[in-house]
Amino acid sequence: MKNETLHKVISSEYKLGFETIVNSDTFPPGLNEDVIKAISSKKDEPQWLLDYRLKAYKKWLKMLEPKWANLSYETINYQDISYFSAPKKAPNSLDEIDPSILSTYEKLGIPLEEQKLLAGIAVDAVFDSVSVKTTFQDELEKLGIIFCSISEAAQKHPELLKKYLSSVVPSNDNFFACLNSAVFTDGSFVYIPKNVRCPMELSTYFRINALNTGQFERTLIIADEGSYVSYNEGCSAPMRDTSQLHAAVVELVALKDAQIKYSTIQNWYPGDENGKGGILNFVTKRGICKGDNSKISWTQVETGSLLTWKYPSCILKGDNSVGEFYSIALSSLSQQADTGTKMYHIGKNTKSTIIAKGISALKGRNAYRGLVRMAKSATNSRNYSQCDSLLIGNACSAYTFPHQEVRNKSSFVEHEATTSKISDEQLFFLNQRGISEENAISMIVNGFCKEVLQELPMEFAVEAKALLNLSLEGCVG
Amino acid sequence: MLDIKNLHVQINDKEILKGINLNIQPGEIHVLMGVNGSGKSTLVKTISAHYDCVVNDGSIKYKDEDLLKLNPTQRANKGIFMSFQNPVEIPGINNMYFLKTALNEKRKHLEKEELNAASFLKLVKSKTSEFNMDDAVLKRNLNEGFSGGEKKRNELLQLLILEPDLLLLDEIDSGLDIDAIKTVATGINSLLDGKRSLLMITHYERMLALIKPDFVHILENGEIIKTGDYSLALKLGKTGFKDIGE
Repeated sequence: MKNETLHKVISSEYKLGFETIVNSDTFPPGLNEDVIKAISSKKDEPQWLLDYRLKAYKKWLKMLEPKWANLSYETINYQDISYFSAPKKAPNSLDEIDPSILSTYEKLGIPLEEQKLLAGIAVDAVFDSVSVKTTFQDELEKLGIIFCSISEAAQKHPELLKKYLSSVVPSNDNFFACLNSAVFTDGSFVYIPKNVRCPMELSTYFRINALNTGQFERTLIIADEGSYVSYNEGCSAPMRDTSQLHAAVVELVALKDAQIKYSTIQNWYPGDENGKGGILNFVTKRGICKGDNSKISWTQVETGSLLTWKYPSCILKGDNSVGEFYSIALSSLSQQADTGTKMYHIGKNTKSTIIAKGISALKGRNAYRGLVRMAKSATNSRNYSQCDSLLIGNACSAYTFPHQEVRNKSSFVEHEATTSKISDEQLFFLNQRGISEENAISMIVNGFCKEVLQELPMEFAVEAKALLNLSLEGCVG
Repeated sequence: MLDIKNLHVQINDKEILKGINLNIQPGEIHVLMGVNGSGKSTLVKTISAHYDCVVNDGSIKYKDEDLLKLNPTQRANKGIFMSFQNPVEIPGINNMYFLKTALNEKRKHLEKEELNAASFLKLVKSKTSEFNMDDAVLKRNLNEGFSGGEKKRNELLQLLILEPDLLLLDEIDSGLDIDAIKTVATGINSLLDGKRSLLMITHYERMLALIKPDFVHILENGEIIKTGDYSLALKLGKTGFKDIGE
């Protein structure tokens, strides 16, 4: 009896009422229905969206965290996490920013004004970012393009959001996607109308309010018939976040004759040499080529996070549709990456290309995990996969887990894999010709990644190169 | 130019060089000869700071500076060039891009302006046409899939572009046909302006006929057992290493 009362008291401490939760800027740690209602209420969401979240939460409670990846990490306690925090007070000047971050900005060659923007300084006072944003929005609006936050879309474009949210990644798709569906904070929403070619690279970068939505990001991009869009997520500047767990979901929908190009540079804090403090990044990204002749292309440069669990995938449903996956994953320090793609060929004459480059240095661990499935209906389809691993030093490792299923006789699947190591003799040769160790490694790594780097939009490629070099600083000798 | 005193070097716990003394003045041409395993390659590798070579004793002075304190890159940028017996293949690095980077690193070191792509291309073309070299290797990745001869000619091209002060050539003539040896020798001679010095390892008399040495050193078991002039090499060609000890 006594014990029961005690138990009640203790557990009630963690069950703060809805009112208390919703009135706080940062929610107390813990997850329950009240917390989800509070998130939804903070965002003034319509009832259907709250119902969607609650349904996902109920499903999530019955799910188990996946353990099949080639990753090891300490158990995550989901009740120790706070699921909402209001944007932090913006610092007033660069003087208030961690000098180590500033020096990285400099090494990456990011201009001063952009540094301020990245550091979250109230830039409006510094330069007229509002007007930049508005001009940009005006131009998009003229074409009927919608580019806003998911929260805004819930208010202004509920019919589109309702139609497509979770149409590619069902809310109970996997443990982390399900958690995201219940508690997602914000993210981007993009709609490109019929036969419109988006005239500029869309980037989270322009959506200034996106900078604080890292933890449970939710993105939805819809390219209507005959349209084209190129979307860039993230940037090369180092991102620090106090919340360790990240679980994002990205959904892409390409209708007939539409094309979506989605590029990512991920540089979340990787932790120190022993992995302390690094971000655990569990991402579900999937696109559907819903209409005939559509195309989805994923390009990613993953250099950050302590842990990366990510498989940007394509469902090639439309006939003649095309899926592409170009990836560079770099694991240094104590980083671990288990990443790859899934290509589901369903339509006739569908084509997919996979080029994955894994780089491991210091104690880094890198795994490529991929699935190519040719359904019975996917006649005359083709896949080409190439997975290359580059090892730097003796304490790192690389793995490849390709999986292929071909259920018809007219399709063709090709897989090539190589593993190479930067040898002491290669480094010495370049040193002897006057090229420093760091330059030598960056030359070899850039050469190794060439095929993927050329898929990135121009400025993004320059950033990615600088980032690769920076991430490998001091990894030899 | 180079002054080596009492140099002791080991590789993998085995002492290879056992007290080498060697002085090379500006403009001099020295040749190292000796049976396989006598320590010739170890000596040139030690001068260029190869990671295998551990110096246990002795000193090396280069242009009056303590060479042993410098890393391979610093030594290279101060004018030391070593040609490799078997140049390593480096996939992913374009040969032309590599050459340009190497030259510009050196120019940076000399506080000269870096060459842009156009002027660099002009420079390379002038060298390849002067020495009858095939431009095709420039477009390929560094040494990747090169034949033995292509690798050696590529070493020569690097030499011609980088114009070092001290040339260390480890069998740059091996595996080449007679015409190619002539090309390589002509290239090397074009650099020898009376100020640059050369330390060369070769087994071939015909190379020595094309590049006449001022000094010939015979290495045996990690020591220089005999030093002479060009005539020593000629004598060696007749009698072999066995009878040279006297």
